[in-house]
Amino acid sequence: MTDEPTAGPSLAPVSLDDPHLQPYAKHPERVQVLAALSMIVGFLGFIGFGVAYWVSDQNQWLGATLGVGLLGLGAGVIAWGKYLMAQGPFVEERHDFHSTEAERSAMTAAIVERGGMVVQRRKVLGGLAALGAGTLGVVLAFPVIRSLGPKPGTTLFQTNWKKNSLLVTTEGRPVLASDLDTGGVLTVFPQGFEGSSPDQTILIRLAQLGPEDPPFPLSAPGRTDWGVQGYVAYSKMCTHLGCPVGLYQEQDQVLVCPCHQSIFNVLAGAVPEFGPAPRPLPQLPLKVDAAGYLRSQAGYDQPVGPGFWERP
Amino acid sequence: MIDSSLRWVDDRLGVAKGGRTFLDKVFPDHWSFMLGEIALYSFVVLLGTGVFLSLYYIPSAHEIIYHGSYLPLRGQKVSEAYASTVGLSFDVKSGLLMRQAHHWAADIFLGSIAVHMARVFFTGAFRKPRELNWIVGVTMLILGIVNGFLGYSLPDDLVSGTGIRIAYSIIESIPLVGSYIAFFLFGGNYPGNGVIIPRFFILHVLIVPAIIVGLLAAHLGLLVKQKHTQFRGRGRTEHNVVGSPMFPTFMAKTTGFLFMTTAVIFLLAGFAQINPIWQFGQYQPYQISYAVQPDWYMGWLDGALRIMPSWEFVGFGHTWPLEVFLPAVLFPGIIFNIFIAWPFIEARHTKDLAYHNLLDRPRDRPKRTAAGAMMLALLFMVFCASSTDVLANFFQIELNYVLWFFRIVVVVVPILTYFVTYKICQEMRHAEGVGKRKRANVVVRTETGEYETYESEARPGDGHEEIEAVPVPTFIDMVPAELATGAGVRRVMR
Repeated sequence: MTDEPTAGPSLAPVSLDDPHLQPYAKHPERVQVLAALSMIVGFLGFIGFGVAYWVSDQNQWLGATLGVGLLGLGAGVIAWGKYLMAQGPFVEERHDFHSTEAERSAMTAAIVERGGMVVQRRKVLGGLAALGAGTLGVVLAFPVIRSLGPKPGTTLFQTNWKKNSLLVTTEGRPVLASDLDTGGVLTVFPQGFEGSSPDQTILIRLAQLGPEDPPFPLSAPGRTDWGVQGYVAYSKMCTHLGCPVGLYQEQDQVLVCPCHQSIFNVLAGAVPEFGPAPRPLPQLPLKVDAAGYLRSQAGYDQPVGPGFWERP
Repeated sequence: MIDSSLRWVDDRLGVAKGGRTFLDKVFPDHWSFMLGEIALYSFVVLLGTGVFLSLYYIPSAHEIIYHGSYLPLRGQKVSEAYASTVGLSFDVKSGLLMRQAHHWAADIFLGSIAVHMARVFFTGAFRKPRELNWIVGVTMLILGIVNGFLGYSLPDDLVSGTGIRIAYSIIESIPLVGSYIAFFLFGGNYPGNGVIIPRFFILHVLIVPAIIVGLLAAHLGLLVKQKHTQFRGRGRTEHNVVGSPMFPTFMAKTTGFLFMTTAVIFLLAGFAQINPIWQFGQYQPYQISYAVQPDWYMGWLDGALRIMPSWEFVGFGHTWPLEVFLPAVLFPGIIFNIFIAWPFIEARHTKDLAYHNLLDRPRDRPKRTAAGAMMLALLFMVFCASSTDVLANFFQIELNYVLWFFRIVVVVVPILTYFVTYKICQEMRHAEGVGKRKRANVVVRTETGEYETYESEARPGDGHEEIEAVPVPTFIDMVPAELATGAGVRRVMR
């Protein structure tokens, strides 16, 4: 605080009848009673909170008693301050807190001249100090940043889906081709990676086809045999922000992402038809093994999930 | 007693002179000046309730079997973070109250900062010499939003986990360095190697709050140093402050206000359920629920993400996820930079380099007011856009129409708001006495049948303001003299 005190012994004493010192309220006695009542309510509220804590520990009782207590005490104190204490108006002078021109120049001169004197005389020391501090800054960044986690490398390009991966449920149970009816959906993972985020895949049965039937006609070019017995499987990670694309609407044959409402056409290779998702959900080619279990023909042919810089 | 203790301290620290000045510090009165106090006091509640929660919360993604008292979850595999949050809600006495108070206080904290900031903006309180304090305030707003997000992510429930997933993808969308930042922050590809919860925890309870406390001290310190701004009025100039004194009047009012703010938060905590994580369940990266929405202060980012077209750009051997980067990184970046730079933008535009301690009425600065209203309209529209799916369901409209509606209003409404606000300000400037409290005109018929009018008496507050302001008196000095006469002693400082 650079300011001088605004009042001092030199000031003329103010008369007690001075309106600046008078209560704001027209009827101070009434306000005093109201404030007192309010504070009593506050006191009772706090007592109530104490009782409620030991007796019931009901959230509503605790909140009500504590809230009413604070409300009562607060209102009483505010009424006291607002209506029964001196309101002024009082005045306080502002003083320029900036320095004079001379003081500013002196400060600048001190920095420039002393600093210049020191650095110019000992340029080598200045250079070495800067070198040391700079190096410290760089090497400290190693533990501070580099230790935090691994480099992305090729991680974002890979999933644990390989050729012949067995499709299993969240609980690790292998999926038989007879498990789902038409319109059925199931979240599946490659065996051994149940619950893994990048591997999550949504398996949909579009039609009740048998082993001998021709593949379900998907309109995605080049993927005619990626479905098997009416099953198709897509990555469950939305290509927008990675939310699970969990809503399957059988009537429209679409997958909907509940986060930002991207809609993917299941029959057309999960191309986005609506919303902010930029790319189709990658499709997992399926087959049925001799024992009737669903397996992948191969892993995903592209990175799953949202876009990132390294993705070509 | 007080005298001897003060002497002891003053001998060692010399506090009496500055302390007296501080007790005499004058606070201008206006209802809008208490908005910042709401933020301050809800922050106090946040610290208190937060310490309570930290005694029971376990920041660990380690999976355990839930054995607590909430029956529907019994026997389920959950993380320690989730189990401990459910546990402190149900198995710690008054834990639910503290947890809900913490969450409500966070929402109120950010809400009051936003309204306080609007007040400072529309009255021009950010002008020289207060640009630095404006920047400190905006920084606290940003940190508050970040810490709110970190905080509601900690329970590891299904809704907040989805939020973390989205945050990861947003970081990933940053060109060149995005995947590196995401991998370093999470310790690997999503969901990382289990470090994110302990890391969010330490950021949420120590690092970000410590910075906020530091900035808060700077915010208040600058306010004391530079003194308050005030509205124009009798006896008020650029070179003084008129109002009531720090001690005891303001101190009483503000202490009462601390209680009131706390009261509202705890009443909400008692009666208004917030974030019932036991209903959402443990987060699993492959699960999701319908109508996922973040806390209100994140809504504008979610809305921007929703209405953005799918403009991913692939070229130069790289993927540029612009459909994420533009609305979730660049958009808030631009908004916050406009906030920070506004005092300088305006000063450059008006070429006004003078000190300003008197506040503007918003209508007297139509361009600034219109610009502020435009910004609020934009933010409110993108905020509303975060509920496209809910609105489509509620009104039974096709989602596509709702989406296009918001794409259009986000552009049109702010522009309209600008011109309408500008026009309203222009009109109000030319109307006499707009916004002043009017005295009633009383019409009386005299006995002879003539009519007379006169103005009614001033309302209590108005009359009081017409008194000439005087310096804060040294009450002690006058007591002996007055006591001697006995006059008016009873009326002193009740």
